[in-house]
Amino acid sequence: MAAAAQGDPARNTPGNMPGATSRPHAEDPDGPVDVVGRTSDDDSVAGPRGRADRPGLSRTVLSAADMNRVVSRMAHQVLEKTSGGDGVLLLGIPTRGVPLAQRLARRVAAVEGVNLPVGSLDPTMYRDDLRLRGVRPLEVTEIPECGVDGMVVILVDDVLYSGRTVRAALDALSAYGRPRAVQLAVLVDRGHRELPIRADYVGKNMPTSRRESVAVRLREVDGADAVLIVSADAL
Amino acid sequence: MTSVIVLRGVSPLGGDPRDLVIAGGRIAAVTPPGGGEHTSVVAEAADGAAGGTRRGPLIVDGAGLIALPGFVDLHTHLREPGREDAETVESGTRAAALGGYTAVFAMANTDPVADTAGVVEQVWRLGQDAGHCEVRPVGAVTKGLAGSQLAELGAMATSAAAVRMFSDDGHCVSDALLMRRALEYVKAFDGVVAQHAEEPRLTAGAQMNEGAMAACLGLPGWPAVAEEAIIARDALLAGHVDSRLHVCHVSTAGSVEIIRWAKAKGWRVTAEVTPHHLLLTEDLVASYDPVYKVNPPLRTKADTEALRAGLADGTIDCVATDHAPHAPEDKETEWAAARPGMLGLETALSVVIETMVTTGHLDWAGVADRLAAAPARIGGVADTVLDVAQFAQVGTPATLTLLDTQAQRVIDPAAFASRSTNTPYRGRTLPGVIRATFLRGRPTVLDGKIV
Amino acid sequence: MGVKRHLLSTADLLLDDALLVLDTADRMARVADAPVRKLPTLRGRTVVNLFFEDSTRTRTSFEVAAKRLSADVINFSARGSSVSKGESLKDTAQTLEAMGADAVVCRHSASGAPHRLASWVRGSVVNAGDGTHEHPTQALLDAFTIRRRLGRVDGLAVTIVGDVLHSRVARSNIWLLTTLGAQVTVVAPPTLLPLGIDGWPVGVSYDLDAVLPKSDVVMMLRVQRERMSAAFFPSEREYSRRYGLDADRAALMPEHALVMHPGPMVRGMEIASSVADSPRSTVVDQVANGVSVRMAVLYLLLGGGTDRETT
Repeated sequence: MAAAAQGDPARNTPGNMPGATSRPHAEDPDGPVDVVGRTSDDDSVAGPRGRADRPGLSRTVLSAADMNRVVSRMAHQVLEKTSGGDGVLLLGIPTRGVPLAQRLARRVAAVEGVNLPVGSLDPTMYRDDLRLRGVRPLEVTEIPECGVDGMVVILVDDVLYSGRTVRAALDALSAYGRPRAVQLAVLVDRGHRELPIRADYVGKNMPTSRRESVAVRLREVDGADAVLIVSADAL
Repeated sequence: MTSVIVLRGVSPLGGDPRDLVIAGGRIAAVTPPGGGEHTSVVAEAADGAAGGTRRGPLIVDGAGLIALPGFVDLHTHLREPGREDAETVESGTRAAALGGYTAVFAMANTDPVADTAGVVEQVWRLGQDAGHCEVRPVGAVTKGLAGSQLAELGAMATSAAAVRMFSDDGHCVSDALLMRRALEYVKAFDGVVAQHAEEPRLTAGAQMNEGAMAACLGLPGWPAVAEEAIIARDALLAGHVDSRLHVCHVSTAGSVEIIRWAKAKGWRVTAEVTPHHLLLTEDLVASYDPVYKVNPPLRTKADTEALRAGLADGTIDCVATDHAPHAPEDKETEWAAARPGMLGLETALSVVIETMVTTGHLDWAGVADRLAAAPARIGGVADTVLDVAQFAQVGTPATLTLLDTQAQRVIDPAAFASRSTNTPYRGRTLPGVIRATFLRGRPTVLDGKIV
Repeated sequence: MGVKRHLLSTADLLLDDALLVLDTADRMARVADAPVRKLPTLRGRTVVNLFFEDSTRTRTSFEVAAKRLSADVINFSARGSSVSKGESLKDTAQTLEAMGADAVVCRHSASGAPHRLASWVRGSVVNAGDGTHEHPTQALLDAFTIRRRLGRVDGLAVTIVGDVLHSRVARSNIWLLTTLGAQVTVVAPPTLLPLGIDGWPVGVSYDLDAVLPKSDVVMMLRVQRERMSAAFFPSEREYSRRYGLDADRAALMPEHALVMHPGPMVRGMEIASSVADSPRSTVVDQVANGVSVRMAVLYLLLGGGTDRETT
């Protein structure tokens, strides 16, 4: 078999082995490189490791405790805006949107005693930018038994950036049915939208330059909670 | 035509440098370097030129070049008549001369088949006209190579082509009785039957050497035993009727053993090996590129080693190219649809250097024997040395080639004289370049180019 | 495969490549459960089904897979086309180039034909069965089926029974299942095993009854009746008696063990109907899984950008 089409190394997830590409966020030592200059690519961002942790090159904008408070507030907002979570389905966008959705659900349960169904929705096959880099591994789509028809679906993701992931997710969602309403919850909104999309629930608005990247780290995926801004100089 | 030539400073058989003076198609004088131009033969030619009565002597600077007797190829497919798109006698003999050959045996599987005096004479005349080397037609053993009825072997033998070697090459004379008759019959004119040893029932649909590689690639296997069984049978027959048998393109270690045994019996069995079977192995088939498809197929490394050892110790008498030009449409196909065969004339010496000389199996006298003297003896070639010890002696035929053993080249089929490009060595760097070839005192190649 | 251009053989699939295909196929299988089964993923891509041998089942499977991913599908079969008028494979390749084929799914009676094709076209080539060489997507779907039914492939004992010599399915499965960690044993009369099989990473047995109790999976291969006339075995009856999977033999298998067949089956000779239709038979799953696996393969070959597009 011939070696294939590698994408632009600055965009592409490094690693020639499919095994390495299947979990780039968790295992990719060059994670920050992955997101530099990404203007029309994933909104979510790799958890930085290695260089990104060096002082002076990245700064922590949300600590673990901050993040906890932010998720709590978002849970309250969800309850408020959906009249106590009636008919709400939380769908996390892999990778980090899924544990965030689960956290939201746990907070909601703790506050109001309501157990919201949680699932995951992989928008990869609906992306409009598949040809801009090498093939992306698919993530799991898991629609809970309630289905999406007539539900208030809240899409949950870690970072909102260009808006293209959310657009793809909206398309993906329509394959599974017709929700009553779709809302969007993100931990970080870093600006630079390329599509008319906005979030209903925002953990933190975080103005950034395109030269910077935002790295969300979650205990479930990365072993610790934090949100970092990695400056271009670090790369 | 130049009649007097001085080859200055050449090393006959790789020995001490000498000047060889050629006149009248023969070696007229041999002197220490620098002496050739001062011989009386050269002086006379120079005087004649000055007087305008004849051409002056041609001086060839041969410093650093090895002189060997002109090579004889017992196994060449010139494709004419019938497939002139793949090769002609003209283009094939150009390729031969550039490869250091001064005589080639043109195989009978043309269209029409060379199974009559008429066809062999036609091929022979085409060779004469081309003039790049001697062309000795091989006559078919059976009519139309069909393996059922003897061709008119005697008529071909007494024709102008004076055929002495008969072969159904491409097909095996698989009928034991027919083979026995052919072996007996050619004794009348000291002929030899060259057998393409391939038991046809064991190779029906065969595509490559049978073994683990063929099993993986899903290609029907061509078992070594299909070759060895026929060689063993034919050796026994040749011994039984005391006839001359020549075994074409020996490809397996087992065949070498059987031939060694037959020779030990004192039977008149000779054998040839191709350059590609000395160098290449079946691993190349993994590409499914039919440029590596050949019959018999490329074998294993152990086979190439046994073949090299057999050629070194004389069990295998000579190297023969099985030069088999094919048009692109016969090779640029899926494997099974492709025709078997590879070009050989323009790369044979290089492959022999690579496999036999640099490995220490043969010295230059050995190369001269395996490429020139031995095949000349088997095929009955006149006007060349039949014993390497005679080479470059005064009075012997000036049929020789000069090679630069220090030079290397990257094989580029576009540069070949052959009309076809199906060389398995494309892009390979191989040692040795032919600089000049002389046929009975007449240059056919000078400065690496056809004269 | 995410980084390879063609799928020609399972022999050169690394473990990670193979797992990526199976994992991706899992994702694709879930799509089949969604109310809308069509994905826009390969919109604008062209997949050519180039079939020099008739195989409705494989061609249809690829066609469904490509269409579910929104690729344009062109069926180019040898029958009734210029190919049957003697056009060479190379000429056909050039025609496909002109059509702008992003992928060519090739079925050919000559071993290695897809390899040749791959050297003549810019698009990806998927081997859909070549001669007696390989049939990689069949093996991938077999492995996928085993994994779905038994939860894993690693560590399983897989027995492949029948005409291994002429079987591209056997070859592809042997390489793939071994890569995935299975222990493969082949069972056949010696005439239907290739010479040189001792160099393969498989166990060899001539005794089916001895192997069955130790098998987690038994894969039956098709035996063509014409092999009989070529003296590979004396008679259908004798073959069936020694190597056919009848109900009595199937009873020797462990409770959980699967029976697989790549189809089309020769019922009665190599497999009894009662076994082929039993709950341990995966014959029906194999068909459904074929679409998921072929979607995965097409996605992994065509789902990213080409060199030209990404740079």
